[in-house]
Amino acid sequence: MSATPLALEIVDLRVEYPMADGTAFVAVDGVSVSIAPGEIHALVGESGAGKTTVGNAVMGLLEAPGRVTGGAMRIAGVVVDPATGRAPGIEPGRDIGAIFQDPMTSLNPLFTVESQITETLRHHLGMDRRQSSAKALDLLRAVGIPEPERRLRAYPHQLSGGQRQRVVIAAALSCNPRLLVADEPTTALDVSIQSQILKLLRGLADDRGLGILLVTHNMGVVAEIADRVTIMHRGVAVESGPVVEVLDAPRHDYARSLIGAVPRIDVTLPRFAVPGEEAEAAEGARAELRRRAGEQTGAAEGELLRVEDLVVDYRGRGGSFRAVDGVGFSVRAGEVFGLVGESGCGKTTIANAIAGLVKPTAGRVLHRGRPIAAAGTRRPLQMIFQDPYSSLNARMRVGATLVEPILFYRLAASAREAAEDAALLLEAVGLERTAVERYPHAFSGGQRQRISIARALSARPSLLICDEPTSSLDVSIQAQILNLLKDLRDATGLTLLLISHDLAVIRQMCDRVAVMKAGRIVEEAPTETLFGAPTHAYTRELLSLVPSPRPKRRTA
Amino acid sequence: MRVPGSVIVAGIVATLMILAAIVAPAIAPYDPTDMATYNLIDSELPPVWTGEGDARFPLGTDNQGRDLLSAIIYGARVSVGIGGAAVLLAATIGVSLGLLAGYFGGWIDAVVMRAGDIIMSFPTILLALLVSGLARALMPDGGSVGWTPFILIGAIAIHDWVQYARTVRAAAMVEGAKDYVKAARVIGLPGRRIMLHHILPNVMSPVLVIATINLAGAVLTEATLSFLGVGMPPNYPSLGTLIRIGNEFVFSGIWWIALFPAITLVILVLAVNMVGDHLRDRFNPKLRGRS
Repeated sequence: MSATPLALEIVDLRVEYPMADGTAFVAVDGVSVSIAPGEIHALVGESGAGKTTVGNAVMGLLEAPGRVTGGAMRIAGVVVDPATGRAPGIEPGRDIGAIFQDPMTSLNPLFTVESQITETLRHHLGMDRRQSSAKALDLLRAVGIPEPERRLRAYPHQLSGGQRQRVVIAAALSCNPRLLVADEPTTALDVSIQSQILKLLRGLADDRGLGILLVTHNMGVVAEIADRVTIMHRGVAVESGPVVEVLDAPRHDYARSLIGAVPRIDVTLPRFAVPGEEAEAAEGARAELRRRAGEQTGAAEGELLRVEDLVVDYRGRGGSFRAVDGVGFSVRAGEVFGLVGESGCGKTTIANAIAGLVKPTAGRVLHRGRPIAAAGTRRPLQMIFQDPYSSLNARMRVGATLVEPILFYRLAASAREAAEDAALLLEAVGLERTAVERYPHAFSGGQRQRISIARALSARPSLLICDEPTSSLDVSIQAQILNLLKDLRDATGLTLLLISHDLAVIRQMCDRVAVMKAGRIVEEAPTETLFGAPTHAYTRELLSLVPSPRPKRRTA
Repeated sequence: MRVPGSVIVAGIVATLMILAAIVAPAIAPYDPTDMATYNLIDSELPPVWTGEGDARFPLGTDNQGRDLLSAIIYGARVSVGIGGAAVLLAATIGVSLGLLAGYFGGWIDAVVMRAGDIIMSFPTILLALLVSGLARALMPDGGSVGWTPFILIGAIAIHDWVQYARTVRAAAMVEGAKDYVKAARVIGLPGRRIMLHHILPNVMSPVLVIATINLAGAVLTEATLSFLGVGMPPNYPSLGTLIRIGNEFVFSGIWWIALFPAITLVILVLAVNMVGDHLRDRFNPKLRGRS
């Protein structure tokens, strides 16, 4: 290295949280990271891996009982005092910039963009009003906000998510920091905005020689812009090195399974390569479900669901908003049909309309040729939701949750038989029978999602609507749940309507796909056709924006 | 979160007083509602420790020679009974209307909430006076003693249900938007079952808190009404009635008839309120983690 000091150097960092019983929880255990000026170093791992803790330790933002108990940190060559988290002459906000995940909450809603940026300038650099205003305008230009003069006087709620994140970046850059800590900077953003923000970060690193510590769970983001990557697992850095080496040829087992679990957008694989933690009974339970499904419906062929000219208006203050604008498609029995689009495109509204949660303004939804508006026709259409933490009633035992639909539709002769069915369903989704006794809080997010699936199956549906079923799960859990959905489809002939913003998930799961934009379907095609030769410009744009987890060879 | 010592003491005091009220016939020396036990010779005896009292009447007697201790224990029974029943009635009405308003929204919500707003614009006492006056005037035998407790219960509950309805409505709206309720709707369960089986258990904790705090308020309202003479009659006194009777004698130096029921009322209300406040803080996520 040259004479300029490293932007960040962490050696053997150890962070502990003291517990009530006197022992300590080690959140970060011997992690070393070094970032040269102009370099982007990604810290990846699943939730609980300790990656955010490292970022917080660098900024001196560790939460109260947590403390640095070992190792050394140097920011721009200055040693950080482990007791206070401060380095003499290095001020957070001036020499270290920070970007957080949620641009909605990282700006104060009561102040204008200008005052949020100039506050930092006046405080740290002692600028006067005029100088700081001019500088704020420069910064907004640098982060590429359209009409920067007008945006200066805007309040955060007047900006879009991507613009807000640009303002946050502008504020973080205001005092020319040596180091930027970006904690999941694009997780809350759509792919098109994500790609703009990533380009911006890459440009800042290259042009200004800024060192960036990028904390993320998204391998695509890592492959897109990082130079080096450290993979963390339970507080330990399991693998570290240049992005190309680590992502193409991971050596550590965990690193390999983590990278294998990431849905790929370039090829379709039959299954995700994750260690399956299936109970042995799962296969048998699914065979039993299949036998019953056969009894009930006979051979399922042909068109299962048809949506005709669906229109959904939401009435709000100041007029109505057309969320779905004349959408029509049909789903064949036994296939996986995907609905993909960015947030606000109306895909969830379609799911809700099919499930009967939203009343269509116009148009029809037909199940096997019959309209489903009538009561009692809902049973064959069941749904699973995005957030596994709110989709189960916390006050009901898992068993009671599963038995309720069975008894309601008299799908079992007695309460005892219903309980037996519930246990069978739990086995079919890969859980233990004994789970019926417990309440939802005893389960992890992935397990809860399995319970949600079991509940949906308990009504013996012919169509399962999955609204972003894995968006709030870690990537390895996501892979397991997606594998489970595939297995269930194969075993029981279930039809799936899969709604997702994630094109890679759609590619791995679906037989046919419809791409949505602003309430309309812009393109509908078999998956291989759509990904191989997209015809609509919007589809092509979306596909080009998805960061691929295959790293691009970048000349360093 | 640790429970402060003062709250533990308040809890014990409140429990003991309510227990004593429930088992009043077993622990009170006399039956104050049985006029055969009164003796005018014993009237207006001071408490026993003043030296002029009588060992049979530890807290003295009232103007009719009734044992004050027994009257207080029975009075607390009446007060707690009416207060408790009023809370139960108010909570039942309020929770039901709140659930309906929160789950269905629309015109049901508008009607329930505006009715609540109108009721809340009247002071509790004024409304209670109005209701009890109307009830007595309109019911054929409304003046009879037997109906008085029920009139009081209704008069108190007509004001208190609004608080439950507002709280439950807000909570039901939050819960109703959650995915587990959507899942229940997708299954096709009827609204009644979703409300009772899924939403209700998830909105009950704030209701318990309000009920505790309201119990103290209801006991006070009942005491106020009885003090004003529209509550329980002297031959079947509540704590408020006793204070009213005693009030007439305070300036003649016969202070004990009013003082001891008043102290009992204050301790009861204070203890229940402290427990209620603690519960409120505990269930309020904004205050959690502090202290």
